[in-house]
Amino acid sequence: MPRKQPTEEELERRKIVGVNAETVTDVTSTDFPGNWPGEDYAWDIKKIIRDTKIEFHQNEPAEASFSLIGVDASIANAFRRIMIADIPTIAIEKVFIDNNTSVIQDEVLAHRLGLIPFTGGREGLDNFMRWLPKPKDNEPIESTYFDYNTISLELRVTCTHNPNAAEDEKDPRKLYNHAHVYAKDIVFMPVGRQVKYFAGENAIRPVNPDILIAKLRPGQQIDLSMIMHKGVGSDHAKFSPVATASYRLLPTITILRPILGRDAENFAKCFPQGVIRLEKVTKAEAAREGSGYEGHASELKAVVVNPMLDTVSRECLRHDEFKEKVKLGRERDHFIFNIESTGQWESDAIFLASIAHLKEKARKLEQQVVDMVR
Amino acid sequence: MAKSKSRTEAPQDASEDVVMQELPTSHQPDVQDDASMAEVDAEDDAEVEDEEEIEDDTQRVRLLPGSTPTAASFEFLNEGHTLGNALRYIIMKNPDVEFCAYAIPHPSEPKMNVRIQTYEGTTAIEALQKGLKDLQDVCDVVSDKFVAAQKDFKKKSISS
Repeated sequence: MPRKQPTEEELERRKIVGVNAETVTDVTSTDFPGNWPGEDYAWDIKKIIRDTKIEFHQNEPAEASFSLIGVDASIANAFRRIMIADIPTIAIEKVFIDNNTSVIQDEVLAHRLGLIPFTGGREGLDNFMRWLPKPKDNEPIESTYFDYNTISLELRVTCTHNPNAAEDEKDPRKLYNHAHVYAKDIVFMPVGRQVKYFAGENAIRPVNPDILIAKLRPGQQIDLSMIMHKGVGSDHAKFSPVATASYRLLPTITILRPILGRDAENFAKCFPQGVIRLEKVTKAEAAREGSGYEGHASELKAVVVNPMLDTVSRECLRHDEFKEKVKLGRERDHFIFNIESTGQWESDAIFLASIAHLKEKARKLEQQVVDMVR
Repeated sequence: MAKSKSRTEAPQDASEDVVMQELPTSHQPDVQDDASMAEVDAEDDAEVEDEEEIEDDTQRVRLLPGSTPTAASFEFLNEGHTLGNALRYIIMKNPDVEFCAYAIPHPSEPKMNVRIQTYEGTTAIEALQKGLKDLQDVCDVVSDKFVAAQKDFKKKSISS
């Protein structure tokens, strides 16, 4: 029994998550077979190919922003989670303190060092560096340390008086040598083939050389060596390649009935700049009966121009004059991703890596299911 | 239905429920090898260079007891919401599937359970396999579109 297929408007309406003053509506996806009588919604890769869209808004090494349109939240969320927790980076994992007479305690210093983001040659990080394997029973931890899984660093700084400083100098950075210890003072000690992979501009180095690690006074010393390993964010946040990786749904603002004159100005003030524009009601609009503009020619009306800039503060829902005139919502399948890299990866490469990671995960498990049946 | 018969040779009859207390908490072996690592020897450095990381062969997917061909629960080791929810969605998109859900029974155990019930004519295992395959397909689509969008955006920002 063929049923009436839904209209375009009905399909559009189903895509919207309603945002009311105190509540949200239609939160869950309904695009499953059997959910709507007579409608298909079965998995169809052609439909996915046709409907999936990606539009970039910004793409810089440190920050990327793009819209992923047409996929379900569960897929988009998988990418987001993978970017945060499963994409590997190298970070300082062990600190061997030979001497630390600074005011900052050993364990606090070690923690600070661990959080410094490092970078280096992509080729070396991706293809040369591997995971650190667990040592065999009864063997020392170092038994698995090799050039392809361990990177050595050193930080050896002593603070001294600066004999050339002016008599009345107050700035400790000029009064003393090495009063401030920065990330750039960390020295990379290449071993084995690391010399080849991390040479010159590919050297292992802190992303931001000016991160302040500690402050010293004459006579104080920090003398330590460190090793880095590959790790993932689910183990420790220092391994996460992203500072933030998040998405939000595209806001929708629908003006149901005309908002005119002073109301329109107040309405525009309810939103961030650029969301609402004030336009003059044209004569043609004013002449059309039932449009709501009758007799309002050349008055100002509120028009939605860029809902993407909206923060969905819901301010407009607090004012009685806009009651029944505006409907807020969000598009269920339009994800505006924002990815900020910590510097080891390019921000867009992190997303690509997350796609590859999810695919690899599914591929491995597919094999596992075959093995299970066997 | 017949397909998975060999595997479920002696299934507990669906009507014959298993007493909760008699069930082991897990049907995975207790040993947990580090999932990611293969042993690499220093001696064969040159070989290591090209060799793909040796795939870990510990079984991470198990069929939980009490399953019939069309209704089964699977236990995944070392998986979480990332895969669970995405897989659940994809399997639910399969019209032959009557029911699919996932759960993480306890947050301190690295386990994720997936329940699949299908209509007659297919099996839960087939639905799971199709789900994993479809998930890979959607990754390919997103990946291709992403690379294309990257190029487009680059062109646009150079020209403007």
